[in-house]
Amino acid sequence: MNDGVNGVALAVFIFFFVLVTAMGFLAARWRKAANEHTLDEWGLGGRSFGTWVTWFLLGGDLYTAYTFVAVPAAIYAAGAAGFFAVPYTILVYPLIFTFLPRLWSVSHKHGYVTTSDFVRGRFGSKGLSLAVAVTGILATMPYIALQLVGIQAVLDVMGVGGGENTNWFVKDLPLLLAFGVLAAYTYSSGLRAPALIAFVKDTLIYLVIAVAIIYIPIKLGGFDEIFASAQEAYSQTNPATGAPRGAVVPGEAGQWTYATLALGSALALFMYPHSITATLSSRSREVIRRNTTILPLYSLMLGLLALLGFMAIAAGVKVQNGQLAIPQLFENMFPDWFAGVAFAAIGIGALVPAAIMSIAAANLFTRNIYKDFIKPDATPRQETAVSKIVSLLVKVGALIFVLTMDKTVAINFQLLGGIWILQTFPALVGGLFTRWFHRWALIGGWAVGMIYGTVAAYGVASPTQKHFGGSSKEIPGIGEIGYIGLTAFVINVLVAVVLTFVLRAVKAPEGVDETKPEDYTADVGDPGVEVELPPATAGSAH
Amino acid sequence: MSQTPQTTPGPVVTPVRVVIGVCLLAPFVAMLWVGSYAKTDPTFIGIPFFYWYQMLWVLISTTLTMTAYKLWQRDQRARSAAKGGAEQ
Repeated sequence: MNDGVNGVALAVFIFFFVLVTAMGFLAARWRKAANEHTLDEWGLGGRSFGTWVTWFLLGGDLYTAYTFVAVPAAIYAAGAAGFFAVPYTILVYPLIFTFLPRLWSVSHKHGYVTTSDFVRGRFGSKGLSLAVAVTGILATMPYIALQLVGIQAVLDVMGVGGGENTNWFVKDLPLLLAFGVLAAYTYSSGLRAPALIAFVKDTLIYLVIAVAIIYIPIKLGGFDEIFASAQEAYSQTNPATGAPRGAVVPGEAGQWTYATLALGSALALFMYPHSITATLSSRSREVIRRNTTILPLYSLMLGLLALLGFMAIAAGVKVQNGQLAIPQLFENMFPDWFAGVAFAAIGIGALVPAAIMSIAAANLFTRNIYKDFIKPDATPRQETAVSKIVSLLVKVGALIFVLTMDKTVAINFQLLGGIWILQTFPALVGGLFTRWFHRWALIGGWAVGMIYGTVAAYGVASPTQKHFGGSSKEIPGIGEIGYIGLTAFVINVLVAVVLTFVLRAVKAPEGVDETKPEDYTADVGDPGVEVELPPATAGSAH
Repeated sequence: MSQTPQTTPGPVVTPVRVVIGVCLLAPFVAMLWVGSYAKTDPTFIGIPFFYWYQMLWVLISTTLTMTAYKLWQRDQRARSAAKGGAEQ
C-alpha cells in the first residue's frame, strides 16, 4: 500500500477537507442566538434543530467513519458475524420511538443538557448522576480515538502516512493537522459545526456507496461471483485457530452471539452521550418521532456497505490490518479522483462524530462533575468556557491514545465502552418510565454490571491477544456464547430489583424527585417548555 | 407504551395502542430469531437470503415505525379532543 503518494486522490481529499474546515468556522454564525455564551447554545445548538438537521446530525453521529471501516472489515475478516450491525440498527428505532421523546420533554422542561442531569433530577442522587457521567466519559473517549484510527487508515492507503521507517513526526503530521483543525472549529462553533458539516459528509457517503454498490460488482462479475469467492476464502482453515476463517451464513453456534450482540448494541447506542446530545438539540418531540421513520435509510446504507467486505475478498485485497481492507478496495477499484472522494467521505465521516462526541463528553464533565462537585454556583458563561476547554482536553486525550498505543487497544476499549455504557440503561430508561427503582439499588446494579462486564471481557482471549480479545462469552446459566454487555445488563437489572426490595424494606431514604408525570409528555408550546430561537436561554440552564 | 397524559379519560390499553405495540415489537421478534433466516437460499441477484432478508427488514421495520407514528398521532389528537380541545 505505501507505494508512493496517490497525488490525485490526495488533492481531492484536501479540497473537501478545506471546504468543511471553512464551513466549520462559519457555522458559528448559522442561526445564531442573542446569547451565545450558554451551554444550550454551544453544546446543543440552541436546541433549535428541525427534522432534517437532526436527521443529518444523528446520522453523522451514529454512523461514523469507524463504522464505515469496521463493519466491512469485520465481514472481510469473518463473514456473517459482522453483519449483526444491520439488525442492531433496525432495533434501535423502535427503542428511540418509545423512550427518547420522554427524555426530550423532561429535559426541555427542566433545562437538562445531559442524561446525568436527568438522573440527578429524577432520583435526587448526585452519586448516581456521577456514575452515569463517568461511565459516559469513559465510554466516549475510546470512541473518539477510533475516529482518528479511521482517518489514519485513509491516510495510510493514500500513501501519506509514511512507511514504518519514516520519522514519527512526518508519519503523524497529517493526523495532527486534521486533529488541530477539528479541535479549533469545535471550540469556536460548538454543535453547529458538526451539524453543518454533516450535510457534506452524508452527501459524499451516499454518493460513494451508490457508486460502489453498482460499479464494483459489475467489475467483479456480479454478486454470484463475489459470494462464491467469499465462500471459498472463508472455508480455508485459519492456521492460528485451526477453524475455518468464517462463514457466509452463521452456523447454529453463532446465532446466540449474533442476536445478543444486535440487541445489546441497540440498547447501548442511545445511552452514549453523543446520541443524546444530538437528540436534545432537536426542536420538538415530533422531530424525534419523525426521525425514527427516516433514520433507517442509514441502516440500508450500512447493509450495502457491509457487502463491500465480500467485494474486498473477491477483488483479491490482501491486508494484514483489516481496517485497511475497504480503503484499499476503493484505491484498487476506483479511478484516482473518485478514490479521493471516497477517502474524503471517510475522513469527514470521522470529523463529525468526533466533534459531537467531544462536545457531549465535555457537557457531562461540566454539568455533572464541575458544577455538581467543584463549583456549584458557576454561571452559564463559565459553564460554556469550561465545556469548551474540556472538549479540547478530551480530544487531546484521544489523540495521545491513538499515537502512543497499539490500534487494537483502542478497539478493545471501544468494545469495553459499549459494555460499560449499557450499564447506565436501568437508571436512565428505568427513570423515564418509573420511579420504582431505589437510587442506591441502581448504583449497586450499575457497579455489579460494570465489574462483571470488565472482568468477563478481560478473560476473553483471541488468537492475537490474551485479554480483551472480543466481546462475547458464555452466558452463565444458559451455556450459549453471548454478548457480555447484555449479560452484564441482565445481572445489573436483577441486582437493582433485589436491592430495591431490600432498601424499601429497611426504609432507606428516597431522593427528592423534581420531575412531575406531566413533564414527560410536555411539548413545545406547553407552559414552561423553552421555545425555539431566538430567546437566549441564559440563566434557564440552572 | 404507558404514556398516559395526565387527566386522560378512557382506558390506558386500547386496540390502537395494542397495534402500536405490535408494530414496535415485531422487528425484535423477527431479528432476534436468527435461526429463521440463517440460510443461503433463496438468493436474490446472487446475494444469499441471510443478507437480503435483513436488508428487507430495514424497509419493513421502517413501514411499521411509520405506521406506529401515524397511529400515535391520531391517538393523541383523539385524546386531547376528548379532553376538551387542549392542544397536544
